[in-house]
Amino acid sequence: MSIKTAKRIRLTLSYLILSGAIAVVIYPILWVVGSSFNPGNSLSSSTIIPENATLDHYKKLFAETEYLTWYWNTLKICFITMVLSVIFIGLTAYAFSRYKFIGRKNGLLLFLILQMIPQFVAILAIYILTYQIGLLDTHLALILVYVGGLIPMNTYLAKNYYDTIPKELDESARIDGAGHFRIFWQIILPLSKPILAVIALFSFISPFADFILASILISSDEKQTLAVGLFNMISNKFGNNFTLFAAGSVLVAIPIGLLFLSLQRYFISGLTAGGTKG
Amino acid sequence: MTHRKTAALLSIIPGIGQFYNKQWVKGFGFLFLAVCYFIAFLDFLNIGLWGLVTLGTEVPRDHSIFLLVNGVISIIVVAIGLAFYALNLYDAYQNGKKRDMGLQLNTLREQYHNVIDKGFPYLMVGPGFLLLVFVVIFPIVFMLLLSFTNYNLYNSPPNKLVDWVGFKTFIEMFTLDIWRETFISVFAWTIIWTFTATTLQIGIGIFLAVILNQKDLKFKGFIRTLLILPWAVPAFVSILIFSGLFNDTFGAINKDILGAVGIDSIPWMTDPFYTKIALIMIQSWLGFPFIMAMTTGVLQSIPGELYEAATVDGATNWDKFRKITLPMILFTTAPIMITQYTFNFNNFNVIYLFNNGGPAVPDQNAGGTDILISWIYNLTMTSAQYSKAAAVTVMLSIIIVSVALYNFRKTKSFKDEGMI
Repeated sequence: MSIKTAKRIRLTLSYLILSGAIAVVIYPILWVVGSSFNPGNSLSSSTIIPENATLDHYKKLFAETEYLTWYWNTLKICFITMVLSVIFIGLTAYAFSRYKFIGRKNGLLLFLILQMIPQFVAILAIYILTYQIGLLDTHLALILVYVGGLIPMNTYLAKNYYDTIPKELDESARIDGAGHFRIFWQIILPLSKPILAVIALFSFISPFADFILASILISSDEKQTLAVGLFNMISNKFGNNFTLFAAGSVLVAIPIGLLFLSLQRYFISGLTAGGTKG
Repeated sequence: MTHRKTAALLSIIPGIGQFYNKQWVKGFGFLFLAVCYFIAFLDFLNIGLWGLVTLGTEVPRDHSIFLLVNGVISIIVVAIGLAFYALNLYDAYQNGKKRDMGLQLNTLREQYHNVIDKGFPYLMVGPGFLLLVFVVIFPIVFMLLLSFTNYNLYNSPPNKLVDWVGFKTFIEMFTLDIWRETFISVFAWTIIWTFTATTLQIGIGIFLAVILNQKDLKFKGFIRTLLILPWAVPAFVSILIFSGLFNDTFGAINKDILGAVGIDSIPWMTDPFYTKIALIMIQSWLGFPFIMAMTTGVLQSIPGELYEAATVDGATNWDKFRKITLPMILFTTAPIMITQYTFNFNNFNVIYLFNNGGPAVPDQNAGGTDILISWIYNLTMTSAQYSKAAAVTVMLSIIIVSVALYNFRKTKSFKDEGMI
C-alpha cells in the first residue's frame, strides 16, 4: 500500500466520520426548525421538511401567548444578574487576592466547598425563605438567588486572575498616595477587564439556562422566564403545542447561539481558567 | 491588676473598657452598637432561639417551619453579634496592653485610619458575603436541620407541629425496605450515569478534535462551527426538543428514522432501560462540543517537532496518538475533565426536562431514571417528603464536599501567596 493510498483512506474515513457527526448534530436542529414551519399543531405532524410551510406558529406565539413577556423577563433578569454579579464578585475577589484579613483562608475554603454544592439542592429552604420575606413570585428574589449562587465559583476565577497582576503596581501607587479604593478602581479594574468580561458572560448565561429555581420561585404566567414558559407549553398537553414550542425554541436558539459562537473563545478561556459548572 | 485585664473585664459591657482606656469615641461607638443590637434583636432572638429548640408548642399559634427559619436567622444574628463582641474585648485588651508597656495609644485620627485600613477588605467582601449567607449558606444549614425533623406531608404546619427526631430520618433511609432500595438504586444509577455519560462525551470530544486537527483536512473551520452548535444552543431548548424526538409514538426517531430502516418502535420514554440509553446519548450530544473545543486548543499548542521526531524514530500514527497526543491532552485538561464529572453528577436539567426522571417503576418512590438531585426535587415538590429530601440533600452534600476537598488539596491557587 503506497503512502498515497494510505492518505486517501485516512482522509476518506475522516470525512465519513465527520459527516456522520455533523448529521447527528444537525438533525435535531433542522427538525425543530422544520417543525416550527409545519401547518399542524401536534408532534405527529412535525416533519423536517414541511409541505405547506407556514408562519402561523410564529404569529400565534406573539399574539396568543406570553412569549414576548417571557423573553423580556429573561433578558431583564439575566442583565441585572450580570451587573450585580460583576460588582459583587469583582470586589470580593479583590479583597481575597490583595488583603490579609481574619477569615480570609476559611472564606476561600468555604467558597471552594460552596461552589461544588448545587444551589438548588436547598430549593425548599430557598422557597420558604422567599415566602417569609414576601418576595415569592418576584424577579427580585430570583435575581438575588442567582447572584448569590454565582459568587463562590466566579470569585475564584477573578481572584486567580487578580493574583497574576503584579503587586508592585499596587505598592507604587500606594507610595504615590493612592487610597485603597482608588488603587482598585484606577489600576486593578482596567487590567482585569478580560476576566470581568468572562464573568459577565457566565452570569448572563447561567440564569438564562436555569429551569429549576425559576419554576419554583415564580408562579404567575406573565412573570415566567423562557425556560419555564417553553417547558409548560409542551408539558401540559404534550405534543399538542409542539409546533408552537418549536417556533419559540427557534427564536431563543438563534440569538443565543450567535452570541455564543461569536464569544466562544471567552467561554473556553473562562472555563479552562477556573473549572466549570457547565 | 494590669491595665489589659481591667480593660478587658470592663469591656464585658461593650465600650466600658474603651472608656477606661480613655478612647471615648470608640467606646461610645461600641456601647451604642451594643444598645442598638439589643433593642433591635432581643425579642427576635428570644422567640427565634426558643422556636429553634421547641419548634413550637401550640397549634395553630406556632408554625414550626417558620420558627425554624427564624431560628436559623437568629443563629446568624447571634454569630454576627458575637464577632463584634469579641472585637470589642480584643480591642480593649490590646490597648490595655499598650498602656501596660507604657506606649502611646492611637489618637482618634490614627484610629480612624486604622479602621479604614483594616476594615477595607471586610467592606469589599461584606455585601457579597451577606448575600451568600442568605441565599446559599442559610438554605444549606436549614436543610441540614430539617433532616433531623419529621416534616412531611402528614406532619406539616399549620395543622400539626414538626418535632426534632434526631437521626431517625437517616436511620429510616437505611432500615425501611422501600427507602433503602430506592436510595441504592438511585445512587447506583447516579454513579453509572455520571461515569458513562461523562466518559462518553469526553471520548467523543477528544476523538473528533483529533480527527479535525489533521493538517490535510479541508473545511476545518466550517465543520468545527457546525459541530459546536449543540453547545451554542441553550441546553434546556435542546433537551425539550429531544423529548419530542424520542416520543414513543409520535417522535421522529421511532417514526422516521427507525421506521425507515424497518426497526420496531423502541419505548424510549416508557422503559427505564431505553430512557437511560437515550439520556446518555443526549448528554453526549450536549457535552462533547466543549471538550472538542478545549482539546482543539491543546492540540494546536503541541509543538510540531515532537511529531517530526517521532516520525524519524519510526512511530506510527497510533503510537503518536497514544504516546504524545493523549498524554498532552489529559495532562493539561484533567482538572476540567473532573469538573465535567461533578457537573453530570448534578445534571438536573437533562434528567428532569427529558422525562421528569421517569418512567415510573414499581416498588420504589423514585422514577426509573432519577438521579439523586432530581429525586430530591421530586421528594420535595411531588411527594412532600421534606425531611427525607433533606436527608438525601445532606448525604449528597457530604459526597460532593469530600470530592471538593480532595480536589482542593491539589489546587495550587489556594497556596498562601505573599500579600500586601
